[in-house]
Amino acid sequence: MNHTPVPLLFEASRPGRRCTRYQGANRTKAAAGLPAGELRDAPPALPEIAEQDLLRHFTILSQKNYAISTQFYPLGSCTMKYNPQVNEAIASQPAWAHLHPLQESGEVQGALKLMHQLQADLAEATGLPAVTLHPAAGAQGELTALMCLRAWLNDQDQPDRRTVLIPDSAHGTNPASCTLAGFKVQSLKTGPDGLTDMDDLKSKLGPHIAGLMITNPNTIGLFEENIAEICELVHEAGGRVYMDGANFNAIVGVAKPGDFGIDMMHLNLHKTFSTPHGGGGPGSGPICVTEDLRKYLPAPQVIENESGYLLATPSLSIGRVRGYHGNFMVLLRAYSYIKRLGAEGLRRVAENAVLNANYLRVKLNQHWRVPFDGICMHEFVARPTKEMKENGVHTLDIAKRLIELGYHPPTVYFPLVVAEAIMAEPTETECKETLDGYIEAMIQIAEEARRGDEALHKAPQNTPVSRVDEARAVKDPKLCFTCG
Amino acid sequence: MPYIPNSDADRAAMLTEIGVNSVDELFAPIPKDIRTDGPLAIDPGLTELDLREHVAELGSWNRPAGTRPCFLGGGTYNHDWPALVDHLQSRTEFLTAYTPYQPECSQGTLQWIYEFQSMIAELCGCEIANASMYDGASAAAEALMMASNIKRRKRVVVSAGLHPDARATINTYVKHLNIEVVEAPLVDGVTAWGDTVNSDTAAVLVQQPNFLGTVEDLDAVTAKAGEHDALSICSLYPIATGLLRSPGKAGFDIVVGDGQSLGVPMGYGGPHFGFFATRQKFVRQLPGRLVGESVDTEGRRAYTLTFATREQHIRREKATSNICTNNALIALRGCVHMAALGPRGIEEVACLSRQRALDLADALPGATDAIQLAFPDRPFFNEVAFRATGGDVAVTRLKNALAAANIAGVIAASQWYADLDGVFTLACTEKTRPEHIERLVQVASETFQMEVAL
Ligand SMILES: Cc1ncc(COP(=O)(O)O)c(C=O)c1O
Repeated sequence: MNHTPVPLLFEASRPGRRCTRYQGANRTKAAAGLPAGELRDAPPALPEIAEQDLLRHFTILSQKNYAISTQFYPLGSCTMKYNPQVNEAIASQPAWAHLHPLQESGEVQGALKLMHQLQADLAEATGLPAVTLHPAAGAQGELTALMCLRAWLNDQDQPDRRTVLIPDSAHGTNPASCTLAGFKVQSLKTGPDGLTDMDDLKSKLGPHIAGLMITNPNTIGLFEENIAEICELVHEAGGRVYMDGANFNAIVGVAKPGDFGIDMMHLNLHKTFSTPHGGGGPGSGPICVTEDLRKYLPAPQVIENESGYLLATPSLSIGRVRGYHGNFMVLLRAYSYIKRLGAEGLRRVAENAVLNANYLRVKLNQHWRVPFDGICMHEFVARPTKEMKENGVHTLDIAKRLIELGYHPPTVYFPLVVAEAIMAEPTETECKETLDGYIEAMIQIAEEARRGDEALHKAPQNTPVSRVDEARAVKDPKLCFTCG
Repeated sequence: MPYIPNSDADRAAMLTEIGVNSVDELFAPIPKDIRTDGPLAIDPGLTELDLREHVAELGSWNRPAGTRPCFLGGGTYNHDWPALVDHLQSRTEFLTAYTPYQPECSQGTLQWIYEFQSMIAELCGCEIANASMYDGASAAAEALMMASNIKRRKRVVVSAGLHPDARATINTYVKHLNIEVVEAPLVDGVTAWGDTVNSDTAAVLVQQPNFLGTVEDLDAVTAKAGEHDALSICSLYPIATGLLRSPGKAGFDIVVGDGQSLGVPMGYGGPHFGFFATRQKFVRQLPGRLVGESVDTEGRRAYTLTFATREQHIRREKATSNICTNNALIALRGCVHMAALGPRGIEEVACLSRQRALDLADALPGATDAIQLAFPDRPFFNEVAFRATGGDVAVTRLKNALAAANIAGVIAASQWYADLDGVFTLACTEKTRPEHIERLVQVASETFQMEVAL
């Protein structure tokens, strides 16, 4: 990584330096006729930097990042797989990048056809026939589906069903989305086997239940074996079942949620379908639902008729949750991924993701505590042993030491049901040698932790910065340059 | 298989280590009766060459607006950006990183987000800004929910001049939270607040310039809001700040908007990025991620995600928002673009866009009696509302004639404003050339001359 300190653009700014220029601007002409009170006195105080310095600034910054393109990045639940270059090349084509969202459908038939086909392919992969590509990310997909659930409940004359059951291993967006959709959250226990506790579920079902939100495979990396029965129980109680599809990478081509009783789910195209995470987005969170829920989906959906493809609003649509038609440029990449892999390739994704995860698990379970040590799906959770904890070594230390050894750490302290969780998801795009290198590093760290090696608490030492004082960032907040 | 490195020999070796005979055994936890028999009904995979050709063929069915004279606006504008922006977006260390949860190996992303926050705060005239939202529409909805929480009031007033998609998004979002949305109508192209704002009102939301292009009176909004102790919120077209004042400086409490005009391809409507700026005192109510400055153990300056206790991964059902993944990479484009523009560049873009719009507003009604300015007494920025005397039928005629002349333009207002039959908007940017305007005016005058002749 690049250790050169990089001053802020504002600090590097010098009056009169320029990068972008346009000709013909005339402020007097432009200002004429505008109300004097709305005009500003001086242009915004953006930094003034020359082009090469700007390029260098951001290039050096990029070299202060770990990324999939430079190292193993086994961040559980995030599916950090290879982001194919060809998809980026396709997305840079003007035929896609320069489409205006309010163009007439006759001028965007290629885009609409692509969306229509993507809807069909996602319906096929999930076994849920009605698809909207509208939501901007997984969390917005959850919210959208929950709003559809409320619309459905109202139509069933069941508006008082306001409680959604959520296993305690769920991702934070699940309960947060429930609140936004006007539901109350009731937590379900995880049993000793790492699966949803069936007795707890049964005892909590009742006439107040709107539905269940379940992640499958769950965030421990286990397939909810009783899923068909779980769905049946919720349906019998008058609710519907939502599946958080963040972990779909484990089962794509192997099992379809629609076949095991799921009514609604989201897909994170930025996980299973390979679109880049971009340092935190953009994503795309299509939702797939049963036929009877199609009429509630947000506007617009792409349909086909005699004259071609067009955008249409379902009859009882909940409305929009964002502007325009979805994160189209992400859809384009996901479409390209599916077409490149085809049916067989998609199944191989799940197979190799699960194979890689199990290989890591068996190679590490003698050195770490793996609380649920049966066959896992695409990820598994480990934690420090008792001995390590007695030495004062915490998961945070493990993560930081991994950084020092050149690996991005797995997801840590999640799921909440496993204290000190270290949740690793290798994905199918890593080769055996990479996994072996990581295994070696984890074994080395395990030995250090058992010895109570002091260096663990100081890691990482070879990065551009060492551990950051997060408390100070809150106590003495500096959130942007100008506010000091 | 594409993108999968393991060979059969690798797989065999790994299966042996795991202690199973086949990959199939690894799927044992999935009950047999719910497993999919046979392959998915999805076409077989393509080689990279075939894929590129297939997608190019599909793309040939599009007529992209941005590669020809483009007068389409309506919240998405055909602005320019330097090659630098595309290049830096494709730096794989930015492109293929995750959210910077581990600051020691994410200083690159964290520092640019901090710089992005700083520049957005400057354009908005606010003290702080977050790391980005999905888009302008959802940012507007989040702003109203935040205001409702701060004020503990369940009523908001929204200008009908807000982007129709944003208004629709707001209606969808707040319906479930029992927040009443009151719409202040547009009269003669500008928001008529009348007595819509009262002491139950949590917030007043205006768009600058509004959806029909009119520059709104910002002081009217802060005055109305101030009278009733409500928050004032502005949805801002950021390029306009090259010429117009920043809403935060005019006293607004929250400034949001869509960042597409800051170096983002129109991309058929997404992904763009939303931005969200406000007062420092509201930091604990803010939705989305936030980067702050701190120090490392050696006292070196370092950046980190901060105030995470607002967010879903900590606060769960009590979080200020459910947003997790935002639109970081697109915000990086905005960050590079703002820095490349600098104060002079953004002023040039704003002035040029306005100058071209002035030219158009002058030339089009001058060339044909069939078209007038829709709101002749109202100031506009880069988007102008016209009225065709022949009503929507004439608007459609014009639109078709422009399409035939390979010009992208004309958004009919009546699809969102039933009383605006015959009103349409055209937008200009720094990419609009005088000859584009000449051609558009010529097509319009020919179209309506023919109409008169018929
Ligand atoms: C299990 C799970 N559910 C939901 C989400 C939320 O998805 P997104 O970040 O796309 O909003 C995530 C991803 O972070 C996740 O891991």
